Amino acid sequence: MNEAPTPTLSVRDLRIEFAAAERGATVKAVDGVSFDIFKGETFGLIGESGSGKTTIGRAVVHLVEPTAGVILHDGVDPATLSSREFRAARRAWQIVFQDPNAALNPRSTILTSVMEPLAVAGVGSAEERRVAAVQAMARVGLPDEIGARYPHQLSGGQKQRVVIARTLTMKPELIVCDEVVAALDMSIRGDVLNLFAELQRELGLTYLFITHDLSVVSHISDRIAVAYLGRLVELGPAEAVTEAPIHPYTRALLSAEPAPLPSHMRTGARILLEGEIPSPINPPSGCYFRTRCGHAVDLCVHRAPDWREIARGHWAACHFAEQFRDEETAASAEAGAKHQGG
Amino acid sequence: MSISFAMAGGRQEATRDVTFSVSPGERIGVVGESGCGKTITGLSLLRLLPEDVAHISGRLDFMGVDLATCGQEELRGIRGRRIGMIFQEPMSALDPVFTVGEQIAEGLRAHGNMSRAEARDRALEALRSVGIAAPEKRYHAYPHQLSGGMRQRVMIAGAMVCNPQLLIADEPTTALDVTVQAQILELLRDLSDRGNMALLFITHDLGVVAETCTRMLTMYAGEIVEDADVDAALEHPLHPYTSGLLRALPRLSARRSALPSIPGRVPVLGQMPAGCRFRQRCPFAVDGCERPQALLDAGNGRRVRCWRFGDLALPGVAA
Repeated sequence: MNEAPTPTLSVRDLRIEFAAAERGATVKAVDGVSFDIFKGETFGLIGESGSGKTTIGRAVVHLVEPTAGVILHDGVDPATLSSREFRAARRAWQIVFQDPNAALNPRSTILTSVMEPLAVAGVGSAEERRVAAVQAMARVGLPDEIGARYPHQLSGGQKQRVVIARTLTMKPELIVCDEVVAALDMSIRGDVLNLFAELQRELGLTYLFITHDLSVVSHISDRIAVAYLGRLVELGPAEAVTEAPIHPYTRALLSAEPAPLPSHMRTGARILLEGEIPSPINPPSGCYFRTRCGHAVDLCVHRAPDWREIARGHWAACHFAEQFRDEETAASAEAGAKHQGG
Repeated sequence: MSISFAMAGGRQEATRDVTFSVSPGERIGVVGESGCGKTITGLSLLRLLPEDVAHISGRLDFMGVDLATCGQEELRGIRGRRIGMIFQEPMSALDPVFTVGEQIAEGLRAHGNMSRAEARDRALEALRSVGIAAPEKRYHAYPHQLSGGMRQRVMIAGAMVCNPQLLIADEPTTALDVTVQAQILELLRDLSDRGNMALLFITHDLGVVAETCTRMLTMYAGEIVEDADVDAALEHPLHPYTSGLLRALPRLSARRSALPSIPGRVPVLGQMPAGCRFRQRCPFAVDGCERPQALLDAGNGRRVRCWRFGDLALPGVAA
């Protein structure tokens, strides 16, 4: 990355506010988020309820309007495009959701559903659209005869493939994947994740992969960002974020994930967080995480930590990030020395 | 125990020959995917399935009482009192028009002669025991005023208030965030340790079972296919399905490598294959698998429904 290519997606100080049910109150769903995604990359975004991860994903494909901030696609701000240019350009940014049942019309055949976006976009003749749809279905491993069926005749994994096929007809460059395997049974999750990886290799796709599932995100991502209450708390290479996390929230999140390991293979004490995620209507002062953080001091109450690069390509927002980074470095050096000695 | 449903096409067997026992203080995880029969097994233990369509055969022995055949009166004395149950979605178990404290106290009064004041004190105590801060304040809260994690605690408090000997928990943390899930799992483990309460934990999440349970029952297509200590099941699974589930976990594969998966899909009710129900998806299926499979004794208190278990060395999480 020496030549510093233009990112496929560039999000700058994104802020999104919604009116809350309570009169006059606003929910800061996204509160100043910045990141870049490069071509062919899988960028994982993790967070719990209220982290803003879903809202960020929707904003990226322009399903919600930012309150402030900029979203650039290949360096271009879609707000500067004419509405006609925008409609053509937005086909390159697609989103796939968790529940394929909600995405498919139960009364349309699968083929009709897959062809629909092409018809809406007015691309090609009816026959050309049919051919494109059949090709897209073949690409995701669905045989021709599935096209004549209805959604209820398909398994969950097959339905998710249909949704992916439909997305592919738009020849996307960037796909936002919002909890795309969360509703699938364990034994078929792997199939769908493998399909995403395969399509990326073949078509050079770029993914923003949004999930609450750490094991999924750490498996498929090149880089991972961690969101809490509408802000990013950490961002870095997947290995660094999952194996040497800097931010106390990332550490707690990783330690809370139940590990399917026998007792003698478990490592480390669990960091059990107190309390629950505060309301985004009334977030804490200073650092948003301080109310649940075991390291919080006076400073954290009064000042929000700066978002800064702590190690090469590894960003965090914590007043003590440098100290935690040095602890991780020391710990991994010690583990390495032990490994060499033994 | 077997459960069958009266359906349009005749009687369909939803579970078959589900046989297991739970001892005091033991925590059993029942794992399996959608449609494996884990939820209806839990519901049937308290006869919560609609009796006009669901038929239970076999014995459900609870401390000498057969729950499958006992009278309604006797069942009411056990349900909610000696056997508690909690569900995935607390909002469907809590009544929206009563405060959470009233609901817990009400449950207590239904089960014994207890004054209003005494029931209130016990309810407050129960709320405190599940880690709810300021229970006097929360007592007067309606369910919609609480967060998901707090509602789940309330439901657990309601189930625990009668000190049940057995708690059936059906996906109690699936709808919760992972940091809140960790708190609830800790709470369930602690309550079971302190009160020597048996726990039947129904979940699809193998990580949750590993962290919470002592024993693991794997179900597939309505049958128990494996029964083993959690550590043994994770490290050295004996059934190809258990092994397949473990290998499909993303954390066990090298980053960005292709994930193993189990081809095909679960057979549907009414189309169960003869013999081993997993054989159409099993990489180890051979001639002979089409014969009926019994849950075999595999030694060391383990059971497995696969006649080839002695010949196969299956990978678990450590491999």
